[in-house]
Amino acid sequence: MRTVEAVEAAKAMETDVWDSVCGSRDLPVERGVAALLGDVQVAIFRTYDGALFAVGNQDPFTGAFVLSRGIVGSRGETPTVASPLHKQVFDLRTGRCLDSDGVVIPTYPVRERDGYVEVHVGTEAGRASR
Amino acid sequence: MPATRRKHVVVVGNGMVGQRFVETLRQRDTGGRFSITVVGEEPRRAYDRVALSSYFDGVSAAELDLVAAGTYDSPHATLHLDESVAAIDRAASTVTTSRGRTLDYDVLVLATGSYPFVPPVPGRDLDGCFVYRTLDDLDAIRAAAAAAAEHTRGRRAGLVVGGGLLGLEAARALRLLGMSPHVVELAPRLMPLQVDEPGGAVLRRLIERLGVTVHTATSVAAVEPSGGRLLATLANGTELDLDVVVFSAGIRPRDQLARECGLAVGPRGGVAVDARCRTTDESIYAIGECAVVDGHVYGLVAPGYDMASVVAEQLLGRDATFTGADLSTKLKLLGVDVASFGDALAATAGALEVRVENAVENTYAKIVVSDDASTLLGGILVGDASRYAALRPLVGRRLPADPVAMIAPTGGVDLDAGALPREAQICSCNDVSKGAILDSIVEHGLTDVAGIKACTRAGTTCGSCVALLKPLLAEAGVEVGTGLCEHFDVTRAELFEIARSQRIGTFTELVQRHGRGRGCDTCKPAVASILASLGHGYVLDGEQAALQDTNDHFLANLQKNGTYSVVPRVPGGEITPEKLIVIGEVARDFGLYVKITGGQRVDLFGARVEQLPLIWRRLVDAGMESGHAYGKAMRTVKSCVGSTWCRYGVQDSAGLAIDLELRYRGIRGPHKIKAGVSGCARECAEAQGKDIGVIATDAGWNLYVGGNGGARPRHADLFLTSVDTRTLVRAIDRFIMFYVRTADRLQRTSTWVESLSADGQDGLAYLRGVLVDDSLGICAELDAAMESHVAHYSDEWADTLADPERLRRFVSFVNAPEVPDPSIQWAPERGQIKPLIAGPTLEVVS
Ligand code: SRM
Ligand SMILES: Cc1cc2nc3c(=O)[nH]c(=O)nc-3n(C[C@H](O)[C@H](O)[C@H](O)COP(=O)(O)OP(=O)(O)OC[C@H]3O[C@@H](n4cnc5c(N)ncnc54)[C@H](O)[C@@H]3O)c2cc1C
Ligand code: SF4
Ligand code: FES
Repeated sequence: MRTVEAVEAAKAMETDVWDSVCGSRDLPVERGVAALLGDVQVAIFRTYDGALFAVGNQDPFTGAFVLSRGIVGSRGETPTVASPLHKQVFDLRTGRCLDSDGVVIPTYPVRERDGYVEVHVGTEAGRASR
Repeated sequence: MPATRRKHVVVVGNGMVGQRFVETLRQRDTGGRFSITVVGEEPRRAYDRVALSSYFDGVSAAELDLVAAGTYDSPHATLHLDESVAAIDRAASTVTTSRGRTLDYDVLVLATGSYPFVPPVPGRDLDGCFVYRTLDDLDAIRAAAAAAAEHTRGRRAGLVVGGGLLGLEAARALRLLGMSPHVVELAPRLMPLQVDEPGGAVLRRLIERLGVTVHTATSVAAVEPSGGRLLATLANGTELDLDVVVFSAGIRPRDQLARECGLAVGPRGGVAVDARCRTTDESIYAIGECAVVDGHVYGLVAPGYDMASVVAEQLLGRDATFTGADLSTKLKLLGVDVASFGDALAATAGALEVRVENAVENTYAKIVVSDDASTLLGGILVGDASRYAALRPLVGRRLPADPVAMIAPTGGVDLDAGALPREAQICSCNDVSKGAILDSIVEHGLTDVAGIKACTRAGTTCGSCVALLKPLLAEAGVEVGTGLCEHFDVTRAELFEIARSQRIGTFTELVQRHGRGRGCDTCKPAVASILASLGHGYVLDGEQAALQDTNDHFLANLQKNGTYSVVPRVPGGEITPEKLIVIGEVARDFGLYVKITGGQRVDLFGARVEQLPLIWRRLVDAGMESGHAYGKAMRTVKSCVGSTWCRYGVQDSAGLAIDLELRYRGIRGPHKIKAGVSGCARECAEAQGKDIGVIATDAGWNLYVGGNGGARPRHADLFLTSVDTRTLVRAIDRFIMFYVRTADRLQRTSTWVESLSADGQDGLAYLRGVLVDDSLGICAELDAAMESHVAHYSDEWADTLADPERLRRFVSFVNAPEVPDPSIQWAPERGQIKPLIAGPTLEVVS
C-alpha cells in the first residue's frame, strides 16, 4: 500500500493543486469532516496516531454522501471507517471495502501545512463519485 | 508466453454455474492454457439467482452480482452480454450468436440453465401473467403490481401457480408488493417433493398465517381478462379476481441448442452427459440445470458448482467425475422455516421414521434412520429448522444420540459441529468439508467467520451452514468467546463493571488497558453508552463524541439520503395546541416531511445537518426538548387517556406516564427502553408489549417487565401486583438500572429477562429477589444511581444550543459551512416531500 500512497503523492506533487480545507483544529481525532471541492465530496479523517486520510464521501452501497459521519476504528492493523448507514467497513488507506469484495471508494492525497488541512483532488477529479 | 496456442473455451450462458466454471478455470489454469469467451443472454452479468427474492426486500441488483472482481479484466476472458448463442455448428466447431458473431471453439460448455414450465392453461399469455426466474421477471412483476395499485381499488391479489419451493418464494414476493397471494398446487400438500403429509399440514397452517390463501389438490383451468383485471377459474370451480398470475410450476432444461445440433438429450429433456459432464460430442460439455446426468436434472446450485469444477479439472488434464448430489433444501420464506435433507421421504428400504409434532407451536420434525436405527438417512423440519445445519452433515453417519432426543423440542441433545468427523460436509452449496475448514483456519490464521467465508467459500451461498462455522473456530483453537468484538474479549456487562470499579472514564484508557486496536462501530457506541450511564455529563464532549454513532453525534436520526429526522419529546403523548402549532410551523418553514410515529409523537424528516440547530432553537424556545429517538435510550412512555376522561379508567394513566417519562428521560442503555401505562385492563396503551408496562387496577398498579414489539414480539411478565405508586416507581428504577448495568450490547429487556432464566433458574423469581428482596445487596446502589440520574438530567439539545463550540459540527461541509449538500434532492409525494435516492455506485476493481 505504501507504493500506492507514494505514487499518488508524487502525482499530486507534480501538479501541485492542493485545496486547503479547514484549520487543523477543525479536524478532530477519529471523527471525520466532509469537504466540497468543486463537485467532489471528500471525507477527511485524522486517526488517533495523527495520520490523515481522505476518501470519497459517498457510500457506494446506498449512494448517500455520508461516509464522513462514520465511526473510525481499526480492523487488525488497518485503519477503518464504517458507513453510518449499513456499517460496511472501508480501509482508509486504500478505499477498499473490507466487507464486500471488489468494492472500492476513491482515495485522495491529504496533508497538513501551516495549521491547515489540505487535500489534493485536482487530477483525480475525473473519478469523483458524482 | 506459452509455446502452444491457447485453447479457446466458449461458454454459453452467464448464469450461476457458467460463471462459477469461468472463475474455477481461470483460478486453476496457472499455465495460461485457455482463453475464454462467455456469451450471456441476459442484459446483466451473473447474479445470485438463489437470493433472487431478496430483491423484493430491498437488496439491489448490484448487491446480487456474483462475478468475482477481475474475472474479465484479462485479455483472455471476454464476456458478451445481452447476446445469445443461436446455433452450434459442430462440423466447423463454431457457434453463431444473435448479433451475428461467429466464434470458433476448441471446447464448448453449455450452461444455459432452465426455463420455467408454464402449463398450457388458456389465457397464460395475457398481460399480467409472469414467470419467476430472472431479475427482469421480477422488475416486470413489480411494475405490474405498481400499475395495479393505480387502477385497482381495495386489496390487490395475485395467484401463484405451483406450491413448491419457488412458488412459495413468489407468494411471499407478492405479499411484499402489497397483494393478497393465492397459491394453487396440484398435489395434496405444499412442497410435495420435500415435505411429507403431516409436515405439509403444519407448513400449510404456517403459510396461511402469513396471509397466503392455499388451494391444494386442484389446478388452474383458465385465466381470462375481466374488467381490467384477470379472472382465474380453478379446476374445483373457485373463481379468483386477480391482478397478476405467476407461473412457478417447475423448470425445464434449456436444451434446444443441443437438440438442434444433434447432441443426445434425456428422455424428459436435458443435455445428456456422462459423469465427466461430456455430451455425445467430446468437445462439448454441459453443466448446471441444462444437463441431465444419469437421468437426473438437478434444480439446485450446489450440484451445478460441482459440475463446473469437474469440467475445469478435465480441461486441465486431471480426471474428475460428478457423483450425484445432496438435494437438501432449506426454505428462506420469511418467518417459516422448512428444511428437508437426505432421504426425507423415507424411500430407502426398511427405513424407520421418528416424528415429533407440536400442534401448539406449529412445528414438525422428522428424522429417517436405517432399519437398525443406527444411521441417519434424512429428515424434515417444519416451523423450526434450527437443527438443520447440525443434522444435515450427519446424513449417512452413525447417530450420535438417541433419535428422539435429537429432535426433541426441549432438553434435546445439543448438536454441534464438534460431533462431526472431519469428512463431514459442512457447506453443501460449495462442498466444503469440516476438515477443509479446520485446515484453512490453521493455515491462514483465520480468526472469524468472515475469514472462513472468504477463504473457503463456505457459507457464501444459501447461508444455512453459517451457524456451524463459529464453533469450528473454537474447535481449531481460535478463541472466540463472548467478547464484544475483535477489540475487547469481555462482554458489555463485564466492561461496565471494569469501567465502574476502576473508574475509567475514556475509551482510550479502556482499550489500552483492557482491549486492543482502536475500536470499531460495535465497541465504540457500546463504550459510549457505558460512559453515559456512569457519568452524567454531556455525551458529546471531548473524546466521547468520536465514539457515538452518527445519530447520537448529531442528536437526530440518520435517514437513507443522509438527512436527519427530528423527534421532540411528547411525554405520555400529551401535547398542548401551542406546541403542536410550533411543530407544524417548523415543519412548514424548513420544508420537512411530517409523520405521526408509532410512539405517540411527531417525526419531522429531511433536515440537513446545518438545519438541525435552527430547527431545535425554535423547538426549545417553545418549551420542547430532545425525544432521544436517536439514542439507545429511554424512548416513550405511551399512555391511554385514563380515568380523567375515559368512562372505564380506574387510575390516572396519562399522569403516571408523564411522570415516568420525565423521570427516566435521558437514560442511555444497552438498547432502547420503552414503557406504557394503561388506565384499566382494556390495555389501550399496549403496556404489555413494552419493556416496562403498567396497568391500573382498582387497588393500584400492576407492573409488567420484559415486553417487546418488533421482530420477535414478547408479552411482558407480571412482576408486581396492585402496588402503590411509590413502590411501583422504586421497582422500575431498580429494574432499569440493573438492566443498564448487566445486559449485553443491543439486548432488549425481553431477551435479557429471558437470559436470566438459565439452568433451571426462574428468571422472574431471581429478578424479584434482586430488585425487591435485595438478594445481591445492590439496591441501595441502584437507587442512588437513579437518583443521581434524575437530579442531573438536562436536555442535551438545549445544552448544545447554548455552546458555540458544540455547534461547530453542524455543517454539511467544513470548507463551505453555508452550502447545503447538493446531493440531497426531493420529489413530491402526497403533498409532502420524499427523498430522491442516488442508489448504489459500486465500483469494482481487481
Ligand atoms: C419513527 C418510528 C416509526 C413511525 O413512523 O411510527 C420508528 C422508526 C424507526 N425504528 Fe422503530 N419506530 C417507531 C416505533 C416503533 C415501535 C412502536 C412503539 O414504540 O410503540 C416499535 C415496536 C415496539 C418495541 O420497540 O418493542 C419499534 C420497533 C423497532 C425495532 C425492533 C426492536 C426490537 O426489539 O425488535 C427497531 C430495530 C432496532 O432497534 O434494532 C426499530 C428501529 C427503528 C429505526 C431507528 C430504524 C433506523 O435505524 O433507522 C427507525 C428510525 C426512526 C427515525 O429515523 O426517525 N424500531 N419501533 C416510530 C418512532 C416512535 C417514537 O416516537 O419514538
Ligand atoms: C427464485 C429462485 C430461488 C432459488 N433458490 C434456490 C435455493 O435456495 N437453493 C438452490 O440450490 N437453488 C435455488 N435456485 C436454483 C438456482 O438458481 C439454479 O440451480 C442455478 O441458478 C442454476 O445455474 P445455471 O447456471 O445452471 O442456470 P442459470 O443461473 O439459469 O443460468 C443460465 C443462463 O444462461 C442463459 N442462457 C440460456 N440460453 C442461452 C443461450 N442460448 N445463449 C446465451 N445465454 C443463454 C440464461 O439467460 C441464464 O442467464 C433458485 C432459483 C430461483 C429462480
Ligand atoms: S385502557 Fe382503559 S382507561 Fe385507558 S382508554 Fe382504554 S378503556 Fe379507557
Ligand atoms: S450450505 Fe449453503 S452456503 Fe453453506
